[in-house]
Amino acid sequence: MASGVKPRVKAPKTASAGEVVTIKTLISHKMESGQRRDSDGNLIPRSIINRFTCDFNGTNALDVEMHGAISTNPYFEFDVTIPESGDLQFTWYDDDGSVYEDVKSVKV
Amino acid sequence: LGAGAIALTALPLRVGAAGEDAIAAFTGGADVSEGGITLDAPEIAENGNTVPVGVSADGASAVMLLALGNPNPDVAVFNFGELAGSQTASTRIRLAGTQDVVAIAKMADGSFASATKNVKVTIGGCGG
Amino acid sequence: GNWSKLAAQQALTQDDLLQFDTFGNVSLIHITDIHAQIKPIYFREPEINLGVGKNRGAVPHVTGAEFRRLYGIEDGSPSHYALSYDDFSALAQTYGRVGGLDRVATVINAIRADRPDAILLDGGDTWHGSYTCYHTQGQDMVNVMNALKPDAMTFHWEFTLGSERVREIVEELPFPAMGQNIFDAEWDEPAEEFPDYTFFERGGAKIAVIGQAFPYMPIANPGWMFPEYSFGIRDGRMQEMVDEVRAQGADLVVVLSHNGFDVDKKMAGRVKGIDVILSGHTHDALPEPVLVGETILIASGSNGKFVSRVDLDVRDGRMMGFRHKLIPIFSDVIEPDKEVSAVIEAERAPYKAELEEVIGTTDDLLYRRGNFNGTWDDLICDALISEREADIAMSPGVRWGPSLLPGDPITREDIWNVCSMTYGKAYRSEMTGEFIHVILEDVGDNLFNPDPYYQQGGDMVRVGGLGYRIDVTKPQGERITDMTLLKTGEAIDPAKSYVVAGWASVNEGTEGPQIWDVIENHIRKQGTVKLDPNNSVEVIGG
Ligand SMILES: [Mn+2]
Ligand SMILES: [Mn+2]
Repeated sequence: MASGVKPRVKAPKTASAGEVVTIKTLISHKMESGQRRDSDGNLIPRSIINRFTCDFNGTNALDVEMHGAISTNPYFEFDVTIPESGDLQFTWYDDDGSVYEDVKSVKV
Repeated sequence: LGAGAIALTALPLRVGAAGEDAIAAFTGGADVSEGGITLDAPEIAENGNTVPVGVSADGASAVMLLALGNPNPDVAVFNFGELAGSQTASTRIRLAGTQDVVAIAKMADGSFASATKNVKVTIGGCGG
Repeated sequence: GNWSKLAAQQALTQDDLLQFDTFGNVSLIHITDIHAQIKPIYFREPEINLGVGKNRGAVPHVTGAEFRRLYGIEDGSPSHYALSYDDFSALAQTYGRVGGLDRVATVINAIRADRPDAILLDGGDTWHGSYTCYHTQGQDMVNVMNALKPDAMTFHWEFTLGSERVREIVEELPFPAMGQNIFDAEWDEPAEEFPDYTFFERGGAKIAVIGQAFPYMPIANPGWMFPEYSFGIRDGRMQEMVDEVRAQGADLVVVLSHNGFDVDKKMAGRVKGIDVILSGHTHDALPEPVLVGETILIASGSNGKFVSRVDLDVRDGRMMGFRHKLIPIFSDVIEPDKEVSAVIEAERAPYKAELEEVIGTTDDLLYRRGNFNGTWDDLICDALISEREADIAMSPGVRWGPSLLPGDPITREDIWNVCSMTYGKAYRSEMTGEFIHVILEDVGDNLFNPDPYYQQGGDMVRVGGLGYRIDVTKPQGERITDMTLLKTGEAIDPAKSYVVAGWASVNEGTEGPQIWDVIENHIRKQGTVKLDPNNSVEVIGG
């Protein structure tokens, strides 16, 4: 399942100290919900990204628990406070154990 | 007209016991009041497989999102960390049919607040 | 006002139609929902156009004699013919065809002679609806419209050309094609190709025109043809746009809208600071503006049948007054503009033989508009049942498509005028009685939901081989009862399967012959079309 999974993030490259910035993330993933049936009528097993986190320099900003009702190619938009220069770390956790990561540096 | 659409997509769906259980698990059975949280969703979904939903609850530590008409009503729980710039988040969700989407915020003082929005999922297909 | 004066005129002249006492310092010209009708046509207005909720009995949900009484229109007058449905065939013999973009050009030029910097705004549904438009992927309409020199436009059916083709055309347009509610679906950001608004300096005033495309495009039409875009009403953002243009010094705020009339009425009550909404999509023609608070709503009809002129007195950042006229384009009275006639003929020349081929004749008036039935769709449903060997037929409740008079030949062009589209395949599939009920309830709620924001602006799906009763005042799931299979007279069984033929499915990969071929084959076999009266839908609560 982990093939072809590609995270994309829109985040500003610079901010002033203490500024609240808006982040958008997308990750290509089919998010098999576990509710669909194949042509023989059998349930297709769930295979989704079940958790997404965003940290800045190791401090958490958002931690999302995800279920099968999150759409294909999960999208999140949220706000992060940027106290100093550093790295935004994005992590997606797959049902199959795969972990996908992206990092965006922000300069204050 | 989407003649090939799945019949279920246009039927209003009922709230099941699973939704009640999910809420109870999140609130620990505490009372939930209206207000203090906003839930943005379209009146009509352009596509039931990807419905934009946004939640906003000043001062919340977490917000649970439920689609009460889905076979499994759980959608997501947003936990806001120390560096959250606001208690606001948006995502896109699947809706199995016309139904109520519910957001419940857990406030810093341990109280709970909810907001509900009905989203219509339609076969569509006619126009002026 | 002007309208009743015009209505009282016995003899109709171009001067009468264009008569207007120029007012204020700004003129707007509005045309919308042309649906590629570049030549004069007949177009019968609806007999049944029900309003629900707060709009019950309110314009535009008033028809026939009641409409004429409301606006002081004399029976048998040109305005009766242009704006109401009854005695249509007889009045059409007297007053002739309407529309034709060369006649529209004459009207626009006459307004520009009065007011050289009048702003011409096209409300969309322009690049769709004819044989030539289909075969040129909208280019014929782009070329003819460019000859009219519009100042801005917005969208609906244009997107059924596919988003790539829309972008290709828009890149070359000499004017902005706008929609504040057209978003990039992936990142949920305003789509840069389509500006939110544009400014004009006219008569010493700064005028902002904000675009509002059809909100429910991916629902009412195939979303897979333009997957990069999301629409929606987005009235919160509309308020931001109004505030933004006001902050930039707009003295007048105009919204060029393809929302549909009742949606515009609701939006006018929620968004503060709009002076004028030029309303399209629901194809209503109103001889006077409707006021919502301080906002005026203008409805300019469809199919090239009308042009609205709105003169405004704009001073000190305010609209101080207005004067309005809905100008009917009587094609035998208004002189065609030679230059635009030449452009039209050049577009049609390569297709002349195909367009003009006579396929049959009609004994009956063929029309479409109305909430439930029209004879054109009765004919299309007959064609589907017969050519596709179906129990039941469904034809979408679109509001475009001109009329034909009893005795008229039916040409290939006439057939395409009522069914041309980029997803016209005539499907044939089995549906349970329960699913047929779900479809009727679903479409019924798109039309009769009491909240206008849930209305998509079409009419009820038309059915052949099936009768039903509808109570428009009930909620979804309870409106449709007494479904009957007409060929046996038996009640529809929810569990039983029926063969249903239809067209215009929004689903990708729909298979079947093109609907125009189905209709053409059927009419050829008939020779002369004669329809049985259709009493298969019983309406309650209208
Ligand atoms: Mn239209
Ligand atoms: Mn339209």
